[in-house]
Amino acid sequence: MNFDPRFSGRKFASVGTRPIRPDGIDKVTGRARYGADFNMAGQLVGRVLRSPHAHARIVKIDTSKAEKLAGVKAVITAADLPDLTDGDAAMYDVLDNCMARTKALYDGHAVAAVAAIDARTARQALKLIEVEYELLPHVTDVDEAAKHTAPLINDAIFTEGLEEKPVKPSNVTKRSQFGHGDVHQGFGQADFIVERSFKTEQTHQGYIEPHACVANFSSDGTADLWVCTQGHFVYRQHCAQLLGMEASKLRVTSSEIGGGFGGKTHVWAEPVALALSRKAGRPVKLVMTRDEVFRASGPTSATSIDVKIGARKDGTITAAEATLRYSCGPYAGSWAEIGAMTAFACYKLDNVKTVGYEVLVNRPKTAAYRAPSAPMAAFAVESAVDELAKKIGMDPVDFRIKNAAQEGTRSSYGPVYGPIGIGPTLEAVKSHPHMKAPLGKNQGRGMACGFWFNFGGQTCTDLNIGMDGSVSLAVGTVDVGGSRASLSLVAAEELGIDYSQVKAIVADTSSLGYNDMTDGSRGTFSSSMATISAARNAILILRERAAQMWDIAVDDVVWEKGHAIAKGEKHGNLGKLSLKEIAVESGKTGGPIAGHSELVADGAGVSFATHICDIEVDPDTGAARVIRYTVVQDAGKAVHPTYVEGQYQGGAAQGIGWALNEEYIYGKDGRLQNAGFLDYRIPVCSDLPMIDTQILEIPNPNHPYGVRGVGETSIVPPLAAIANAVSNAAGVRMTHIPMSPPRILAAIEAEREWSK
Amino acid sequence: MRYIRPLSIEDAVGQLAGSAGAAAILAGGSDLLVRMKGGFAEPELIVDIKAIDGLSEIRETAEGFSIGAAVPCAVLGENIALKKAWPGVVEAAKLIGSKQVQGRCTIVGNLCNASPAADSVPALVAAGARASVVGPAGRRTIPVQSVPTAPGKTSLAKGEIIEAILLDKREPRSGDAYLRFIPRTEMDIAVVSAGVNLTLDEHGVVKSARVALGAVAATVLLVEEAAEVLVGSRLDEATLERLAKVCAGACRPIDDKRGTIEFRRKVAGVLAQRAATSAYARAGGK
Repeated sequence: MNFDPRFSGRKFASVGTRPIRPDGIDKVTGRARYGADFNMAGQLVGRVLRSPHAHARIVKIDTSKAEKLAGVKAVITAADLPDLTDGDAAMYDVLDNCMARTKALYDGHAVAAVAAIDARTARQALKLIEVEYELLPHVTDVDEAAKHTAPLINDAIFTEGLEEKPVKPSNVTKRSQFGHGDVHQGFGQADFIVERSFKTEQTHQGYIEPHACVANFSSDGTADLWVCTQGHFVYRQHCAQLLGMEASKLRVTSSEIGGGFGGKTHVWAEPVALALSRKAGRPVKLVMTRDEVFRASGPTSATSIDVKIGARKDGTITAAEATLRYSCGPYAGSWAEIGAMTAFACYKLDNVKTVGYEVLVNRPKTAAYRAPSAPMAAFAVESAVDELAKKIGMDPVDFRIKNAAQEGTRSSYGPVYGPIGIGPTLEAVKSHPHMKAPLGKNQGRGMACGFWFNFGGQTCTDLNIGMDGSVSLAVGTVDVGGSRASLSLVAAEELGIDYSQVKAIVADTSSLGYNDMTDGSRGTFSSSMATISAARNAILILRERAAQMWDIAVDDVVWEKGHAIAKGEKHGNLGKLSLKEIAVESGKTGGPIAGHSELVADGAGVSFATHICDIEVDPDTGAARVIRYTVVQDAGKAVHPTYVEGQYQGGAAQGIGWALNEEYIYGKDGRLQNAGFLDYRIPVCSDLPMIDTQILEIPNPNHPYGVRGVGETSIVPPLAAIANAVSNAAGVRMTHIPMSPPRILAAIEAEREWSK
Repeated sequence: MRYIRPLSIEDAVGQLAGSAGAAAILAGGSDLLVRMKGGFAEPELIVDIKAIDGLSEIRETAEGFSIGAAVPCAVLGENIALKKAWPGVVEAAKLIGSKQVQGRCTIVGNLCNASPAADSVPALVAAGARASVVGPAGRRTIPVQSVPTAPGKTSLAKGEIIEAILLDKREPRSGDAYLRFIPRTEMDIAVVSAGVNLTLDEHGVVKSARVALGAVAATVLLVEEAAEVLVGSRLDEATLERLAKVCAGACRPIDDKRGTIEFRRKVAGVLAQRAATSAYARAGGK
């Protein structure tokens, strides 16, 4: 297959328009089927028993009473999910997280599960399972856990990445380092230095749809799984591996998804549901409650970050350094590493050094959350950058423009940038009317920049042309943000037909080759590349069929605006053949017409954004209200601008919640205190202003249309932009996220005391 | 589980008094159903009081208002006379939950749920509201602040039902107000709250006052020292400052997931000031 992915600078007919999404009507009328909307005859209700303890050895589990309860069809423990991971440490962690094997490692860790004829029976059965625990000391705070004196979560872990192999086990699983130049020398050249420490609390993605699946294990050893996921092919691999199945024997269908944001990239309930179904011999539906989602899915890291930045009087940054500690939950991760890579990615730096430490804590296993790890690093760095600009006496936008990375800049994490959007977003912000909007009493303005890598990955797509000339597009990347609409636009663009003639679906794992998950902002980037490739393959066949109908050489047939055209003077009397006219004849000219594509979508262009935020603080209560918010971000090419704007607004909305109120609150007993939306405060509609957006289009040279991923970058700047705005409004630098009213009020009161 | 829908208060009282296991009263269900769904309550008997004659009415009498136990909070906001007489009570009721919840929830339910953070209770306590209780031993009228005794606990005996909340007829130059602090703009629970009820003399001087604070102790606090600060004043700056100080001092708050002790003390004073200012303006003070 000779597919040329390079940017071609074409004029668009469909791409860039804003048609209604194919899944829209069913979603607003309630007809769309999400994870919990699937049902099968004879289906049982699955429920999970969870540890109430933060850290405890499981001495004994007695399930005999539960098994005897009428209506209970299966009870499982770790014994029903034997270890088949064969030395794969990461998969062993997944297995242990799905069902605790020897120790419960956090409040909410699954220890047993039941399948019963109804929810009431299942609940009763859980109460009849007797678990004997031996309580162990626990630690939930990232800084406490990193200390030598902290209770050990896993005594087989020795810190990786140190110069000398440590002799004692530690909760710090890994040290990683990035950068170049000599920061010591760089700070020596600085006229001004800002050095500060920051903390961010753990947050959850807060998707509205809880995890849900229906598993149906047949007695012939094959199984079906209907599930709400960001990546059904990955779920198939993981579930098959954990249950000892061949991947092709497990067919996974992804439901509509009510939000994922990275949180639906990991299996938790699915292997349990399959194991219950296998044991019970009946389909099992397992739906998490909201309490379970908070306690036992995958929130993001809590962090503790030290930043030091130095600059000359003229505003040139001479050195930048950061030490980042990220909580991973009880299993090893690479979250601080990603934070360390992204921290200074916006800037052109001669001397930069970042060090990340991965820290185990007795909290649920950290999962990805939209540009995972980057928002916290950006919060710390962009807060310090703002403070440094103030110290120098420079406008914060000008200071950033002066130091912004450009094409050819060696990034702080290694690679040299191609064409990038950080400079243009800053210039756009500088001239944005928001920057001139008047500020009232107790109001402050802040801005900040953000970066995300984006990802491409393995992609497989089928494009089938029906005999009536309509087109069905089967993709393998789950549609979390309107990608079916965008990919239909791309197919229409390539084929030269109308958007309404294309219908896109997300195919199940048995109908299409492997696809990576919808993560890394790759859904539209990678699947549009595969769709373009598939459409071009289909066009080749369309040209062949037209050539056959005309009885001329295929090289004499070109494809233009949805038609085959015979080129050259000798064919001047032949009319055009439309896609439909060719399709109608396909039964006589060689059968169905289709285009297939499988590829690795390399070259996902990096993405930058700059946000502006205005905040009003009530100095007597510490309440902060967002009064104005603007997102400026590079999209490469916005395939469907409405859904690009939706991604921009969504990232900002989640960032606002994270910055101001959202946090996991643990008691001294290591139990989560606020496992529900009442006390885990995501913003409600009235908490948010209209979030204004501006799309910049700096083409990605590695995509035919110039597309870059857009989903994640939008959550990177908000924590910092809001912190800068709150700090300006309240007159005191905020260093702890969330900036909840008690924290803001305490900071204001401390400042009042200090200035007395 | 047994669900019944009696038509008379006597029948409801009899069923409740005679129940062997745990029994629950269902009006709007905005607390009960959530608790049942979460597995925190598993009553054997549910007595739905919405079909009982008169319990879904607001009656205006010579003495004032009688708000039936099954009247949804949204209906309070639609009663012009009640809103005019007791704007603070109505605004408190209209802060509970969301629009949808207000279509179901009741102030009696809010009172009997016995949460120290209940929105309508500080306003009712400030208003000097009374509860009309019917039980196996007959009818009695008690001040609302004597109903909740601790978080989740009330002074009601087995079989007793509050059939109505009674509010006095208003004296001239009276006003009340309720404010709460929540980190969000709606759909939240008070971290601190304050209800203030004032009557002025013809010169605009506070003649009588009641100040109640919510979410700063195990039950809603009626702060008499705060009322004393207000009486005889025109709410000048010094009075408001003293009010904040007295209210902050009267609090017996805890540190929890919703706020710290320091935060609650400070904000209790701030809200009392703001509620007093609003009540004063409503009473016609300038």
